Amino acid sequence: MRRLFPHPYLSLTLIVMWFLLVNQWKLGSLVMAIILATIIPLATSAWWPDRPRVKRPFALAAYAILVLWDVIVANFQVARIVLFMPRDRIRSAWITVPLDLTSPEAISLLAGTITMTPGTLTSDMSACGRALLVHALHAPDPDAVRDQIKARYEARLKRIFE
Amino acid sequence: MILPYALLFFLGCLTLAFALNLWRLFSAPTLTDRVVVLDTMTINAIALVVLYGIWAGTGLYLEVAVLFALTSFVGTVAYCKFLLRGNIIE
Amino acid sequence: MTPALDMALDLFLSSILVGGGIFALVGSYGLLRLPRPMQRLHAPTKATTIGVGAALLVSALDLLGQGQVSWQELLITVFLLLTAPVSALFLAKTLILRGEADPDIPDSGTGKPWATLAPERHDS
Repeated sequence: MRRLFPHPYLSLTLIVMWFLLVNQWKLGSLVMAIILATIIPLATSAWWPDRPRVKRPFALAAYAILVLWDVIVANFQVARIVLFMPRDRIRSAWITVPLDLTSPEAISLLAGTITMTPGTLTSDMSACGRALLVHALHAPDPDAVRDQIKARYEARLKRIFE
Repeated sequence: MILPYALLFFLGCLTLAFALNLWRLFSAPTLTDRVVVLDTMTINAIALVVLYGIWAGTGLYLEVAVLFALTSFVGTVAYCKFLLRGNIIE
Repeated sequence: MTPALDMALDLFLSSILVGGGIFALVGSYGLLRLPRPMQRLHAPTKATTIGVGAALLVSALDLLGQGQVSWQELLITVFLLLTAPVSALFLAKTLILRGEADPDIPDSGTGKPWATLAPERHDS
């Protein structure tokens, strides 16, 4: 069973995705979904040897809602800067965010969150994977942005994954 | 009912957005900027397809939007990999 | 549906559409207005995403009002939320490597250089 389905969650996600794509409930679609859910994890397992460990799935759902809310707030902030702030008063900054997270899934989730939320964009990662390079559109105080990322997102992800 | 007028307003905004994008595409100072513009244009095109689906009153156009959402991102990444590495498939 | 509820839904959907249209326009305007390449990356990744999001929300609710349930809007939203950070990351890496980003990139603080600029590169 473990050999046939190296990533059970990935298989489940693929089945749900296939049904969303087909957009109707038929037995034939279920067969196709199961075939895909078997082949794709097997074919890609060489690049993804470890199983991600999600300790608190409900906390992950709460995190998703928090991020969605932040995405909407982020849009209003960015729109205000783009429309009304004089060009020479926009103070962009590079910010180094040292990471406490170690699992690759958690780090990529954090990088995605940073890109989608208020005025920040993940630009690069250090060669050893212990720090992220973040670009902020308008940050008069870069250290405050770094502390906010660590307290608001990284701490939650650490509780969820580690 | 005012929904058709709101739809027209959104379509007008998108048209203007496409015009601005094209202007930027021709006046972009760097090559990477042009890729950014292309990325923006594909996302706008997805919105255009979805809006036309609402206008036409069917869910059929959503299939087009799904395919576009899936494949447009591959285009951006391929352009970036070409600029980063000089080739796409290694 | 009662006429009052129909009217309220109509108003609600229209206001979402107007807001979404303005955001889509702001995203493209930002591309023209922001002066530096790294800043220009911010406008499309955020403002246009909410423009598409508004269109998708209205499409889902409109079809729901006609009695059809459509899940493909959710699928498109998930794809866009997953792919927007990845393409933004690749674009930022390209800007850094080609030297078009702001040059005052700080040290990574870990003793190793940033992956894009490292002699032995890890960006594939």
